[in-house]
Amino acid sequence: MSESNGSDRKFKWVGTRPIRHDGVDKVTGRANYGADFDLPGMLHACMLRSPHAHARILRIDTSKALALEGVKAVITSDDIPELALTDASGPTNFSDLSRNVLARDKVLYHGHAVAAVAATSTRIAQEALALIEVEYEPLPHVLDLRAAMAPDAPILHDHMRTKGVDPTPDKASNIAAKMELSRGDVDQARAYADIIIEREFETATVHQGDIEPHACVAQTNEDGQTTVWASSQGHFMIRAYSARLLQLDISQIKVIPMEIGGGFGGKTTVYLEPIAIVLSRKTGRPVKAVMTRDEVFRATGPAPATLINVKFGANRDGKVVAAKCKLVYEAGAFPGSPVTAGAMCILAPFDLDHFLIEGYDVVVNKPKTAAYRAPGAPPAAFAAETVIDEIAHELEIDPLDLRRNNAVSKGSQAAYGPKFSDIGLLETLDALRAHPHYSAPLGENQGRGFAVGFWFNAGMQSSAEVKLNEDGTAIVIEGCPDIGGSRASMAIMAAEELGIDVYKVRPVVADTETVGINDTTGGSRVTFATGMAVIEASQEVVKQCCQRAASVWDIDPTDVIWQDGCAVATGDGAKKLEKEDKLVPMPIAEIAAGAARTGGPITGKASLNARGAGPAFAVHLVDVEVDRDTGKVEIVRYTTIQDAGRAIHPAYVEGQMQGGAAQGIGWALNEEYVYDADGVLANPGFLDYRMPVALDLPMIDTVIVEVPNPRHPYGVRGVGEVPIVPPIPAIANAIHDAIGIRMRKLPMSPPNVLAELVRASGGA
Amino acid sequence: MREIEYAAPTSVDDAIAALAGAGVCRPFAGGTDLLVQMRSVPPSEQKWVDIKRIPEMTSIALDASGLRLGAAASCWEVSQHKGLRETFPGLVEAAELIGSIQIQNRATVGGNVCNASPAADTVPALIAVGADCVIAGPDGRRTVPVAEFVTGPGTTQLGDNELLVELVVPPVAARTADAYLRFSPRGEMDIAVVGAGVSVTLASDGTCTAARVALGAVGPTAFGVPAAADALVGTSLDETALERAAAASRDAANPIDDKRGTVTYRRTVAGVLTRRAVQLAASRATERSS
Repeated sequence: MSESNGSDRKFKWVGTRPIRHDGVDKVTGRANYGADFDLPGMLHACMLRSPHAHARILRIDTSKALALEGVKAVITSDDIPELALTDASGPTNFSDLSRNVLARDKVLYHGHAVAAVAATSTRIAQEALALIEVEYEPLPHVLDLRAAMAPDAPILHDHMRTKGVDPTPDKASNIAAKMELSRGDVDQARAYADIIIEREFETATVHQGDIEPHACVAQTNEDGQTTVWASSQGHFMIRAYSARLLQLDISQIKVIPMEIGGGFGGKTTVYLEPIAIVLSRKTGRPVKAVMTRDEVFRATGPAPATLINVKFGANRDGKVVAAKCKLVYEAGAFPGSPVTAGAMCILAPFDLDHFLIEGYDVVVNKPKTAAYRAPGAPPAAFAAETVIDEIAHELEIDPLDLRRNNAVSKGSQAAYGPKFSDIGLLETLDALRAHPHYSAPLGENQGRGFAVGFWFNAGMQSSAEVKLNEDGTAIVIEGCPDIGGSRASMAIMAAEELGIDVYKVRPVVADTETVGINDTTGGSRVTFATGMAVIEASQEVVKQCCQRAASVWDIDPTDVIWQDGCAVATGDGAKKLEKEDKLVPMPIAEIAAGAARTGGPITGKASLNARGAGPAFAVHLVDVEVDRDTGKVEIVRYTTIQDAGRAIHPAYVEGQMQGGAAQGIGWALNEEYVYDADGVLANPGFLDYRMPVALDLPMIDTVIVEVPNPRHPYGVRGVGEVPIVPPIPAIANAIHDAIGIRMRKLPMSPPNVLAELVRASGGA
Repeated sequence: MREIEYAAPTSVDDAIAALAGAGVCRPFAGGTDLLVQMRSVPPSEQKWVDIKRIPEMTSIALDASGLRLGAAASCWEVSQHKGLRETFPGLVEAAELIGSIQIQNRATVGGNVCNASPAADTVPALIAVGADCVIAGPDGRRTVPVAEFVTGPGTTQLGDNELLVELVVPPVAARTADAYLRFSPRGEMDIAVVGAGVSVTLASDGTCTAARVALGAVGPTAFGVPAAADALVGTSLDETALERAAAASRDAANPIDDKRGTVTYRRTVAGVLTRRAVQLAASRATERSS
């Protein structure tokens, strides 16, 4: 891709706000989500889930359940292939995934799936669950990170040896892996520090809170071909994971994407699909599986609890000279917390020569964690951005000046490795200072804080096809589930290249057999990477249109350019046509209508592995009001400022900024998994798992900063994840400003804040 | 097959007769609690007696003799009733805290009382205004105070074939006003960690001559706190009196530790809400006396 990022291009559609193409169906209730699909003769699947947080499975007897009228199949882990413990690809271990889908030998958390029933109704399936006899040997469980790392901790996996430690330990541990990231010499650099602040932070297990419970339907025909209808962030992922887990050819499975009602990372893996496939293969009938909200909380997601220790040394001018960070993240029942991402993010906004970061991935008896919007980054930012604020206060330096003084910019070596290209941290900080909110007066018991967030953004594989219809309208086919308005963004980019009205473009998210491979919707990658494929495919259509016009005009194709949706002759070609008195632009509709005579249908395709996803920086500014008697924190005013590179559809960029802020506010203030002494989740519903509702939030103001990404033709960088990174530290800093107390433990809920207030006033 | 027996009588007597069937018979007003509870009952054993077509049970009558609030009147109707808000602002506040607007269009004050949740918002508010429950059964009607109607978490004085017909509140005395405050982490769509209903009467010189204080979510049922009321009566609701009332509420609170709050936290907030609700009720009573 050339280094023209569109910074001097005049756009017609990019930057406008057309109504999303899928919008009317969604607001009128016509759009079909995961649970909306039914087939004749369909069976309903229900899962038997572990009543223990940790236990050995001694025996499972399904015979009584199978004998119940209406029950067509019952499966356990005996009915799916046992994979080698080392069966992994990238970060995904398929043996672990298989054992998460259906427990084998042991259950590792309350709610862990043990068996599945397919019956003619949900009620019969539920009745059958009660007839499955499982004999357990309960084992001691461990939920807490410190306890899980203790030498005498109950061990979840007897085969597990801590990776990243030399030599490999000979004893099993709950510490799945240790990682390290360093530069320079921290201990030597400390000598230059005039101030050293070391603090410990603790965050709670939280859930993505996707409103739509996981759901799918699977049907297997007599020839063994399976079709799955599922709501997910990646139907190609469902196909690949299901095939791998069930040892099928990928070509035996087709996945049709349903609309997705929220994912936030929680729908980037499989839970129900392999089970529905096996049940459909066993019964020869379509099988539907839909989780309840309770199951979603107990067995999907969550995002990890963390313990983070941060030690910053700074000189008198507020320049950070050295940093030491230790991050401990819970992985849930199987290895694979986002601690590596957290470790790579924690110092990313800082221009720093000397640091040492250690990360620990620790298993506990909770559901296996899944990705959650900028996985791993929000707890890391909570720690680093709180300590940096504390340094500013200690040194009596304006916190914004101090951030600027330490900020990375073009050419800085990122803590996680590469040199930054064009990035927008300084620009967002300057926009913060210029914003009226920054200097607005505060009321009594109110405080103001801000924080910076960073996220890498991803590229990865995308495929798209642009098909020109006979009348000059176009279809854009791609394969990334549309979570945040990406169809509209794809249509905008196609319209921009083709030079036609955005509503003449119909964007389609196609199934696994209709379009080339598309990686999962995640990593804030779709508008960037799939958009790049759409632009390339559209450019291919334009190129063919120019060739068709050239053939009609009988001129050299290099003499044809594309302007406002028309082929236009230039140079010698134009002179020839002028002589023939035929020098008029040829509109796309005319080219499309004549395609049969000029070579047949016009389509463009592009498949790519996108590189150069520009990193995103955001800064959030928040005013809080603290009720000193109850500890309740109200969000009074909130402003988000973010570098979007180029906002293709600004309304959906703003939507991401507001949505990320709202989720971050919930994470900061009230959300947490509450467990009882037996390791049973006590709040598996939205009543007691308190995400904020509309009344709890002010209108969240947005400022889009555009520092174009040089690696994208329009300058796009991902926008979806970074807005969840700054809210927690921004709120913690605002609470400090209001009441002089540093909150270092989440959630900053009324009881926790009140306890700190009481402690600060010398109470018990 | 999902076959639920459903009856929609138009008189209290017919409703009582309909409740006499076999299986799990339940009066059905808004259904916001019932729909959830009935999930665990096989459909074939469910019988729903819809009481929303009984005029006596859906009406709101407010006159010189006080308030007669039909048990099936929706919370939304309560909150939109102009006279009711002026007369019993605390009761309306409690009704408005139940769920969202959509929920309030279904949910009823009577249902909230009959559901008998320890955290029910309307129960402390009703106790604070001295409300009674009118119960109808095969043997006629009887009246019991709201505070006695609810007997424990999820249990009431209602017999199998009995119905809560209406809630009756005596007329408001001069220079008297009520208030209800709830504490919950979220501003709406939440459940009380503590609820406090208060009614105060002020003499023309501002002296408190009568008071009622009731707490919710800090015991198995909502309950009145006479000691808190005693701390207020005869005072000008000065700082000392407010603190004594708050302390009385903290002492009277008998909460449990659960996912919604600890014992210590709930006791503290019971005191805070008592103080604030007294101040709010007093400011309303003062407005009424001017």
